[in-house]
Amino acid sequence: MSTPAFRSALAASNQARRLTLGAAGPLLALLLACAFFATRSDRFLTGENFSLVLQQVMVVGVIAIGQTLVILTAGVDLSCGMVMALGGIVVTKLAAESGVPVPLAIAAGVGVTTGFGLVNGALVTRIGLPPFIVTLGTLNVAFAITQLYSQAQSVSELPESLTALGTPIFGGGVVWGVLLMLALYGVAWYSLRHTAWGRHVYAVGNAPDAARLAGIRTSRVLLSVYVIAGALYGVAALLSVARTGVGDPNAGQTENLDAITAVVLGGTSLFGGRGSVLGSLIGALIVGVFRNGLTLMGVSSVYQVLITGILVILAVTTDQLSQRRTA
Amino acid sequence: MSNEVILEATGLVKRYGHVTALDGMDFSLRAGEVLAVIGDNGAGKSSLIKALSGALVPDEGTIRVDGRAVDFRAPMDARRAGIETVYQELAVAPAMTIAENLFLGRELRRPGVAGRLLRMLDHTRMREESARYLQELEIGVRSMSQAVSTLSGGQRQAVAVARSAAFARHVVIMDEPTAALGVKEGSQVLALIRRVRDRGLGVVLISHNMPHVFEIADRIHVARLGRRVAVLNPRSVNMSDAVAVMTGARTPETLDPAVLA
Repeated sequence: MSTPAFRSALAASNQARRLTLGAAGPLLALLLACAFFATRSDRFLTGENFSLVLQQVMVVGVIAIGQTLVILTAGVDLSCGMVMALGGIVVTKLAAESGVPVPLAIAAGVGVTTGFGLVNGALVTRIGLPPFIVTLGTLNVAFAITQLYSQAQSVSELPESLTALGTPIFGGGVVWGVLLMLALYGVAWYSLRHTAWGRHVYAVGNAPDAARLAGIRTSRVLLSVYVIAGALYGVAALLSVARTGVGDPNAGQTENLDAITAVVLGGTSLFGGRGSVLGSLIGALIVGVFRNGLTLMGVSSVYQVLITGILVILAVTTDQLSQRRTA
Repeated sequence: MSNEVILEATGLVKRYGHVTALDGMDFSLRAGEVLAVIGDNGAGKSSLIKALSGALVPDEGTIRVDGRAVDFRAPMDARRAGIETVYQELAVAPAMTIAENLFLGRELRRPGVAGRLLRMLDHTRMREESARYLQELEIGVRSMSQAVSTLSGGQRQAVAVARSAAFARHVVIMDEPTAALGVKEGSQVLALIRRVRDRGLGVVLISHNMPHVFEIADRIHVARLGRRVAVLNPRSVNMSDAVAVMTGARTPETLDPAVLA
């Protein structure tokens, strides 16, 4: 029965199935969601609306890159949205109120978010605390500092250069920030797929003991992941500021869960070691399309939260079930 | 089999508080032989192996590779000296492909600018070399891009052995390589160990499985109470005497000197 030809055919079909489940599943979900909303609202399938969706997605999308890295190592970063909000407040307060030159303000903001990544990573690797608890703690720390520093006030009248990422490219429908997001996805995809560091991120998430025994410095890989994630939240903060035109101390609250949702919807396993960053881009688009489509249909934002919650649970359930099958 | 000693240890001592795991353990491995290490629980087998593979630092004693004293502080040090270890169960990352597993921690980069500047991996070469390694060891796996989770237990162990054999310059240490396997897969791994030895490497085999030990070992190192009590010749000693020495029921002096190796 089990001739070599039969077996190799079986292996090939297994591989094909893995590929389809890996990338095409989320893509199909995205297309279905688009088709559904297109039938519900005339405004959904317009260039203007797509441009809006992309602008909404660029913030979550960039956070989701960092979140993907963390989740690939079998961790999770609950602090992402709040750290981003703090970054946004630091940049805008310094640039608009303290008269710090914009490049310095940006450096300070990204520096603060990267510092939070470093703290998360150090607590996870040096003390061995669970990422869930560490980032739940830093979530609250970042939120509190944001409120204290901004005195819970939005920062407005920003220098023009701070919102440049929100302006259209050559007067078209796509803003610079979307281009930046896509470029970051390209870099992340390349690093994960084509560098040793990327393979080590997967190995650390999939089999930390095997990775260590293979001579990989697992703590260093983990730390690098949290630091890079922190830096990406800083970039997301710049995009958020550029899009809304204000420094908002209450930013990041929907993005926090949306980013995790995007990663999980994109097929990255919460058990670590499996998934792709391009899936997270599709996942972010799914989340964006849902929020946008439901808004166009006049569904109140509470229901959007409800639906996002259900989406997360569905995606995690699929992950759990497929994990059980392969184990 | 040559008589050249490639890995040697003398008087290894390791204490954990009041417990003495190694109590003056000696060890000697020649090129191109399979040396089985047997011993009851607590005989110091795994401490010995850990010391030889750099996973623990002994309190006293010396380890020599090719006659030169070495000081292993970490598994990487042993690996640099050409000693590779196959750890039971922990050896592979199941979600990653065979090629990725074989080259995990020592990935090959592309030549030229892509490799140097962009640090781009050479997936093709890693796949081809993996296929070559596995073919040399007669491990029948179709595709190097197959995830290890799709392999059977024996095939996984074969991949782990192949990785060590591919990169070892002197010694491959195997910790219970057949423990989790069925009869057929177990004998496949034994055949694989033989092929590794025939390439001139020294193989250290830790096993509880006496039939396997007698089938494949060239010499048997018997550990007891943290010391080497005897080195036996599996072709002249019988299994029950070996077990008797291992458990302390007989002292090596009471054996026929012809069974000592």
